Amino acid sequence: MNLLCPECGKRPATLHYTKIVNGEKTEAHLCEVCAQEKGEYMPGFDSGFSFHNLLSGLLNFDMVSSESPNIAQQTVPRCATCGLTYNQFSKIGRFGCSDCFETFRDRLDPLLRRIHGSTTHHGKIPERTKGELKIKKDLEKLREQLARSVELEEFEKAAQLRDQIRSLQERLSE
Amino acid sequence: MSLNQFLENAVSEWMKVKGAESDVIFSSRVRIARNLAHMPFPMLSTASQLEEVTHLIKEALTKDDIPEILENAELIEMADLTELQKRVLVEKHLISPHLAEESTSGAVLFSQDESVSIMVNEEDHIRIQCLFPGFQLEKAWKLASQIDDWLEKHVTFAFDEQCGYLTSCPTNVGTGIRASVMIHLPALAMTGQLNRFIPAITQVGLAVRGIYGEGSEALGNLYQVSNQVTLGQSEEEIIDKLQGVVRQMIDHEKQARERLLGMSSIQLEDRVNRSLGILAHARIIDSKEAMRRLSDVRLGIDLGLLTGVPSSVMNELMVLIQPGFLQQYAGEKLGAEERDVRRAELIRERIGMERE
Ligand SMILES: [Zn+2]
Ligand SMILES: [Zn+2]
Repeated sequence: MNLLCPECGKRPATLHYTKIVNGEKTEAHLCEVCAQEKGEYMPGFDSGFSFHNLLSGLLNFDMVSSESPNIAQQTVPRCATCGLTYNQFSKIGRFGCSDCFETFRDRLDPLLRRIHGSTTHHGKIPERTKGELKIKKDLEKLREQLARSVELEEFEKAAQLRDQIRSLQERLSE
Repeated sequence: MSLNQFLENAVSEWMKVKGAESDVIFSSRVRIARNLAHMPFPMLSTASQLEEVTHLIKEALTKDDIPEILENAELIEMADLTELQKRVLVEKHLISPHLAEESTSGAVLFSQDESVSIMVNEEDHIRIQCLFPGFQLEKAWKLASQIDDWLEKHVTFAFDEQCGYLTSCPTNVGTGIRASVMIHLPALAMTGQLNRFIPAITQVGLAVRGIYGEGSEALGNLYQVSNQVTLGQSEEEIIDKLQGVVRQMIDHEKQARERLLGMSSIQLEDRVNRSLGILAHARIIDSKEAMRRLSDVRLGIDLGLLTGVPSSVMNELMVLIQPGFLQQYAGEKLGAEERDVRRAELIRERIGMERE
């Protein structure tokens, strides 16, 4: 992992990619800075280096701070599901699993804001999740009502609300 | 549908139909990234987990509610393809270089007309891609979304209330959408306006890059314009914005073409005819020159300066002359010099065929 960048010989080579020149496949390893300077990218549609450039430029920020020896040992959040640490994430620029988002959530907002200018999804929602979200919102409302009726000592109403909450919770856990 | 058919024809069925603005926009593409919940992303998956993903997709394909366009589609495993076959599929833009080169348990399925491809175990578990000729981003998004709806009935996607669809790369998080067009900008390039254009486009959150060629050069004046932002905006907003900017690029390109035609008609006529002459007669041609000449000829056709060569032949040739296709055509591995000879031969034949 700690291969030094052959271009500058100073920084770790954290970008690894395959290059095809005149039909010859070569493995290339560069640090973010040199890769950016060389303007390297892979031919084809999707994994264009422009995104890598953009991303590594943004992550560089985190890398510098997380790699300075004083801070490095302090906080190392590690995803319990896939084992990825935040340091590794900033090096490779990829999440290991969907639970990484929960584990790294505190640190993600600034990163997502830098990439997307936003931290909140406003697009499509899976049909099934839509149902769940609705139940969760309904539950929230019912719990508020319940608290109010308990306060007002409306015990009959409170009992009804409790039943409703229980049935919604059952539906959620199905 | 046999694998051979996907490999042999440079032009997919979907490309044979003309789309809107096809004199400037060659194709429109929408790709959405999805991952399965409770499963590590492919990069950190074990072999058996990757197999499980493939298995789940295969299951879904057997269901009765499969979208019509995917009926009879079969999953093709990367492990069953040769390097050359994978390369050909990359050159046709049917699979990504990542799937061809890095994925260990990757697979793909195509619709009959190749307008839809679903990549499995690429950087994300699932990538749905829809390609249409000309300027048809909305149509491509609708189809991709419809396929997404169908798949979602059979598998559970990783989704988070705040972050949206979860993806391996933070640049795809949220909608997971990458919408793009392949745009031909010869007149803007000739008049030197492109250098002013590209920074402006980058500033509004879109990316522009050459489709063929390395570094900053764009062979054949072919560019890909795509969205960069995937979080915080709806899919429709993202597509709207891209469409708006592309619409402006089309207008500028057309104006530049008109101006060229008005100001230096004979020079332009000379240029496109000269390029056609070279393509029709050269014995050795490298891909750089070939792409440049093809771009000239295509411009000549689109402006009505050249007749007798259909514009679709140019689209076909741009794919056919790529190294993978050339070698597949030859049936053997070719060195760079041999390829230049074969390339010239192929172009001569193809153009000669149309002019007979
Ligand atoms: Zn370096
Ligand atoms: Zn994880």
